[in-house]
Amino acid sequence: MSEPKIMLSCRDVSIRYRVGDFKNIGLKEWVMRRLTGRYKVVDFWADRNVSFDIRQGDMLGIVGTNGAGKSTLLKVVSGIMEPTKGRVARNGRIAALLELSSGFDGDMTVKENTYLRGAMLGYTRDFMDATYGSIIEFAELGEFEDRPFKQLSSGMKSRLAFSIASLVRPEILILDEVLAVGDGAFRKKSEARMREIIKGGATTILVSHSIPQVRSMCNKVLWLDKGRQVAFSGDVKGVCDCYEEYLKGAGAAEYKPVAANG
Amino acid sequence: MFGKLRGHRFLFEELVKRDFKKKYKRTILGMGWSMLSPLLMLLVMKLVFEQFFGRSVGHYTTYLFCGLLFFNWFAESTNAGMRSLFGNASIFSKVNVPKYLFLFSANVQVLINFVLTLCVFFVFCAIDRVDFTWRFLLLVYPVSTMLLFCIGVGMVLSALFIFFRDIDYLWAVALQLLMYGSAIFYTTEKFSPDMQLAFSFNPVYRHIAYVREIVLAGTVPSLGTHLALLGFAVAAFLAGAFMYKRYNTTFLYYV
Repeated sequence: MSEPKIMLSCRDVSIRYRVGDFKNIGLKEWVMRRLTGRYKVVDFWADRNVSFDIRQGDMLGIVGTNGAGKSTLLKVVSGIMEPTKGRVARNGRIAALLELSSGFDGDMTVKENTYLRGAMLGYTRDFMDATYGSIIEFAELGEFEDRPFKQLSSGMKSRLAFSIASLVRPEILILDEVLAVGDGAFRKKSEARMREIIKGGATTILVSHSIPQVRSMCNKVLWLDKGRQVAFSGDVKGVCDCYEEYLKGAGAAEYKPVAANG
Repeated sequence: MFGKLRGHRFLFEELVKRDFKKKYKRTILGMGWSMLSPLLMLLVMKLVFEQFFGRSVGHYTTYLFCGLLFFNWFAESTNAGMRSLFGNASIFSKVNVPKYLFLFSANVQVLINFVLTLCVFFVFCAIDRVDFTWRFLLLVYPVSTMLLFCIGVGMVLSALFIFFRDIDYLWAVALQLLMYGSAIFYTTEKFSPDMQLAFSFNPVYRHIAYVREIVLAGTVPSLGTHLALLGFAVAAFLAGAFMYKRYNTTFLYYV
């Protein structure tokens, strides 16, 4: 039996991220700091030697504490950033939804925002015309269509964002903390939708702090800790167990396979 | 680049639509307002300077309007362009889209404005009894090079604006200097040869001079002038394209 084709492959991806005093300073301030030698820029490795492959239909969960390098990795995967070292090969159209409900325009209506977001994700006008109805229906925002976006509650905003992303059927879908929003009913609905997408052959990357969600939905898991790749495995249960131990402070950030079944 | 642009046509259209709606929302006069500002400037300059220069320059109103038309376009385009990249930081830091789309969208906005003002300009020409000749068709040339020039300068400025947020104050001063240095309300004939040479390095002035030659003198500018306009436009565009290419993935750290 041949395996499904590889949709995304990261090889020894290392990303150097830059932080320092350079943000929000003007030219005047920059010259002053340069002259007085108080201009500090620190480069650090947000991700180091991360390697993984995902195949068609896979759902990869990425877990890790804050600052583990998850979001930076996703930025590289989606092409917003370039890896400092290593290589990323993509094999299909990516729809990345990072920090989901931002990037909307508060002054525009829900409908305008939906079209703009659809356009950002790379879809055509015809496609959006055809799907718009079901996006609004799924987000349960029928009566808000012509309201300015800023009048929506944050839950509604995330619902809309999720609806757009999930209905447009990308080949690779990246979801960053998306499913953690909305009320219980919507969360159930969105999980069901995710399963449908996976069944439809899409490949998905899910970043989540909800371990039960990763356990129930993902078939592969990548654990990052301070930029280091602790584990990448199909043994979702094993990795999640170790990660939970680590979160409780009981174990070190390492993964010990219990059984060698991969 | 243009193939990529076609692939992002839908996004581009939506961006243009958004910029348009945002700009003219909550203003009763809407587009009329942005055309009113060059006209008011025209009125003030005419009242103030006609005493000094009106006698030596025929069709002084048209002479002024040629200058204001192109200078205002340049000022508006670069000001809007400068903020276009930073203003869309929340988009390009989350989705991988070509960053020049934002600048192009801002320029479409300004270009529409320019074309409308251009129509008013032709009406004024008619009132001022300027002879309309076939040479008016040549105006397409300076409009094209100016558009390219505006985009180039806009790219450089919008990239710089990401790094240094106070560049807009400096640019306001630079525009002020440029306004006085572009012979909008005076003529350059009486200046020394050195000054003449300095004027010839001012891209905005060269564009204005081209338009005046067509509209007022009714002659076709020299080949050298054509090459100069093209040279300025290409140089600015290449500088802008270089900055966008070089800092494409660096902008992210600064927003």
